[in-house]
Amino acid sequence: MNVTATIVFVLLFVFVTIVGFLAARWRAADLSHLHEWGLAGRRFGTFVTWFLLGGDLYTAYTFVAVPALIFGGGAIGFFAVPYTIMIYPILYLFFPRLWRLARDGGHITTADIVEGLYHDRWLALAIALTGLLATMPYIALQLIGMAVVIGGLGFHAQGWLADLPLIIAFLILAAFTYTSGLRAPALIAVVKDTLIYLAVFAAIIVVPWELGGFSAIFAKIPAAKLLLPAPPPASTGAFSAYGSLALGSAIALFLYPHSMTAILSSSSGEVIRRNASILPAYSFLLGLLALLGFMAAAWGVDKMPAFHDGFAAFGPNFAIPALFLAAFPSWFVGIAFAAIAIGALVPAAIMSIAAANLFTRNIWKAFVERACPPEREAAIAKFVSLVVKAGALVFIIALPQRYAIELQLLGGVWISQTAPALLLASHCPRLFSGPGLLLGWAAGMAAGTAMAAAQGFQSAVYPLHLAGYTLPGYAALYALALNLAVALVLSPFTHRAGARRGRGGVAAGPLSRARAQSRRGPRPLPVPPPGRRAPRARLSGPAATPPRPRR
Amino acid sequence: MDKPVRSGLRRWVLIVPFIAILDVPVYNRLEPELFGLPFFYWYQLAWILIAALLIFSLHRSERSAEDETR
Repeated sequence: MNVTATIVFVLLFVFVTIVGFLAARWRAADLSHLHEWGLAGRRFGTFVTWFLLGGDLYTAYTFVAVPALIFGGGAIGFFAVPYTIMIYPILYLFFPRLWRLARDGGHITTADIVEGLYHDRWLALAIALTGLLATMPYIALQLIGMAVVIGGLGFHAQGWLADLPLIIAFLILAAFTYTSGLRAPALIAVVKDTLIYLAVFAAIIVVPWELGGFSAIFAKIPAAKLLLPAPPPASTGAFSAYGSLALGSAIALFLYPHSMTAILSSSSGEVIRRNASILPAYSFLLGLLALLGFMAAAWGVDKMPAFHDGFAAFGPNFAIPALFLAAFPSWFVGIAFAAIAIGALVPAAIMSIAAANLFTRNIWKAFVERACPPEREAAIAKFVSLVVKAGALVFIIALPQRYAIELQLLGGVWISQTAPALLLASHCPRLFSGPGLLLGWAAGMAAGTAMAAAQGFQSAVYPLHLAGYTLPGYAALYALALNLAVALVLSPFTHRAGARRGRGGVAAGPLSRARAQSRRGPRPLPVPPPGRRAPRARLSGPAATPPRPRR
Repeated sequence: MDKPVRSGLRRWVLIVPFIAILDVPVYNRLEPELFGLPFFYWYQLAWILIAALLIFSLHRSERSAEDETR
């Protein structure tokens, strides 16, 4: 075991644990309300949102898996860079409006927003279930990222002891998420990102120095890995695969419940716009990190006997830990590994909060206990966040890792199918109807799953055959095209059908007002005049955020 | 707080990064190198920066347009 590195690692871990618990007192408020526990009261400014979103989107698994892809597969793994270029125009153009819809309606989840637009709780349920399905394997992947660096510290044990560090880390995570809610990952993200920037910039300077510069590094890489292979005749080959993976992933990213939770916790649309131009700093970091994959290959870490066990256990995912172990003194290895492990805590906390919010608001409250008082709502969410994490832990310990990776692949395809309901319907609600969107979603989910199944769940790139051409592309995009077509074509018809059903005698309940509104079709969006806030449409029950003076 | 009416056209500038990045054959090449980095890599790294600048300048111009309408 690497003693120095382990001591530094444990000290940093203890430090963020304390930060996580203290976070409950930061901007203190009544944490027995869901919008305080689960959205930190929508009060984060530009600076905190930058750290929170950065810590949320660029996860530990990203930091391990992206360089590993480059290390193993070369240029195709670099698609993470164009992917993270395209997310920010999308963030700038679409999400300030979603933020405003959520604030005005007191919405906490993506499914709440859709429910607010169409008053169709079945559509909201579909959105919520998709979010839950996509998030669960994502949490499990964070554990893989953490397991890799713990393995890198040289911790070897047999049986249940082997999983002990992971279990301890997740108990800590569960405890501070339970007590502090979204405030904990927000504060911890500041620590984590500082460490990550430090580790990556040190590596990007030290490693090329040791290896004799970038020219020397790239000279050691086989030519076939440096570029995408030219497409075979009558096919767009790796080119369309690369572009569509980047575009499809970019569309999907902010639809994930954990991204949305971080976005909704910001204090204004202006904060989101500002962040769209400063968050790319993380993309640049990711690009540098991706290049570390080549450096690990040039260093030949996979051929060094010291790392034989690590590569046997974790495959190419061990490339980055091995590079740090080879290039840096133990104390710095401790810092770098702690950065990655803490980088797993932040998104895992936000993901479990987002999943808990979805379950509580759109499954429990919508279908089980409609008159759920706010305190009980928050209590249920806190409990569910524990269940979600326990589930992810059992998943990763009891089942082979590849299940989590394959499910995550499917998760990306699935979450993309919520794009019409969230991105487009929020801007042009009249183009769609609730049932139309639901049918489009079902078609997209079925087609996307079938395409991934046809690849044996090993790849999300599906070779579409069209008029004698082969177009290999990201299954999520193809499924999304079908989804959108179905929704656009069926919406005009299903609109009337839905309205008729609404008239057919609905028992009076908390949703009856919402149903009454669905007869008249989607409510026109309130557009507040500059400087004034829109009238608050409190359709989502008593838990809506209390009005707060604008700052 | 909502976007002013005139900003619709201006926002089309954000299509530029998509075109630059999705036209993969244009940048799938080794030369010219920059600091030893093959073109494929530094081109895409550079677009992180350019896209951020485009968003930044759009944001600035939209904000000043909002100020004028007030």
